[in-house]
Amino acid sequence: MAASEQEILEGLGKIINEITGIPASDVTPEKNFVDDLDIDSLSMVEIAVAAQDEFGVEIPDDQLKNLKTVKDVLTFIQA
Amino acid sequence: MKISEIAPGSRVLALGHYQPANVVTNDDLAKTMDTNDEWIQSRVGIKERRVAPDSESLEDMATIAGGKALAASGLSPDDVDLVIVATCTLESQIPNASAIVAHRLGIKAPGAFDVNAACAGFCYALATADTAVRAGSAKHVLVIGAEKLSQWVNWTDRATAVIFADGAGAAVVGPSDTPGIGPVVWGSAGDKADAIRIQDRTTFLHQEGQTVFRWATTALYPVALEACSRAGVDPAELSAFVPHQANLRIIEAIARKLGADKAVVARDIVNAGNTSAASIPLALSRMLERGEVRSGGLALILGFGAGLTYAGQVIEIP
Ligand SMILES: CC(C)(COP(=O)(O)OP(=O)(O)OC[C@H]1O[C@@H](n2cnc3c(N)ncnc32)[C@H](O)[C@@H]1OP(=O)(O)O)[C@@H](O)C(=O)NCCC(=O)NCCS
Repeated sequence: MAASEQEILEGLGKIINEITGIPASDVTPEKNFVDDLDIDSLSMVEIAVAAQDEFGVEIPDDQLKNLKTVKDVLTFIQA
Repeated sequence: MKISEIAPGSRVLALGHYQPANVVTNDDLAKTMDTNDEWIQSRVGIKERRVAPDSESLEDMATIAGGKALAASGLSPDDVDLVIVATCTLESQIPNASAIVAHRLGIKAPGAFDVNAACAGFCYALATADTAVRAGSAKHVLVIGAEKLSQWVNWTDRATAVIFADGAGAAVVGPSDTPGIGPVVWGSAGDKADAIRIQDRTTFLHQEGQTVFRWATTALYPVALEACSRAGVDPAELSAFVPHQANLRIIEAIARKLGADKAVVARDIVNAGNTSAASIPLALSRMLERGEVRSGGLALILGFGAGLTYAGQVIEIP
């Protein structure tokens, strides 16, 4: 069974917390990674890799550039 | 036919290192290119690096580092019968660096060859030295990692100029009744050959930073774990983890996953930059000199870089 949006959001929050130390509760759909969460391109690579292990969806480097907000990632993982 | 007498093990007997005197800080770089200290420290971890002047060659740096390791080992040049230089930035295609360095150190007619496995080169060379000593094809081996990356970097390209640097580190390897160099785990990923390259003499070092970053933070910790397991060493027993000093973020990502809780993690990149094949012996030798690691402890070393290539092994600190 595919994970629900809420489950993915929680999983993503946990991953982001582990990699950057940002509280998981700050990871909400409307947040922009760079402007709101201060996450840089290298942390994004680590997050993408951890998300792949967690959700089984590969996010290649060229796609990763286009994922600007938490919502973008949720949509990408669910697609 | 007879074969050579084999040795039960080999070990690193001594280390040595050399860095050029010229310190280049991030602020120095910011004067000539669009970069800044904050970006470099947060993305790569480097505060300053050393850059050799035109008058100082790779062979010069290798000779000084090798001479220090030899002196620290207490051996005489006559005891050394094989010299291996790991490098990917030598100016000349021929001759190699190792024969020149051996000659300058007064080592008479040793076997001499260079190894190019880029930033993994020192671990490849050390594995080769270990095998040579145990198989009896050499008695004492001088292994040197030396790089003059400043010659191959485009000093107007901020993506690479802020990262790479010059330096040399060396180890003397000799026979031992108990093993002091564990089995090497080595390999390559030629499908990513384009990710870091110096195409020819008319071009400069080019790298696809994020491809390398992704690979380094995912593909390498299994190699590190396997190197421990092949040596029969639990990562928790390690007293040092000395990976290639490519990027502090890569170093910390691998260290996090390794579970080497007691190990001092090498952070030599902060003051030395990325010196490719030189970075591991340079870091370990400097850590030993500063008393951050103790003689007799176990260190996991892990090289990785262009090729892509990688290699890691557990060694006993001399
Ligand atoms: C090289 C590396 C530090 C670059 O980091 P990155 O986050 O991938 O950098 P990017 O090229 O995506 O650039 C990110 C931003 O920083 C900027 N930038 C790049 N280099 C910069 C520099 N030296 N100074 C200031 N800003 C810089 C970019 O222009 C970009 O800005 P933008 O987001 O406004 O467009 C990183 O990819 C890395 O270390 N990879 C591993 C490489 C490695 O270890 N190689 C050695 C193996 S032996």
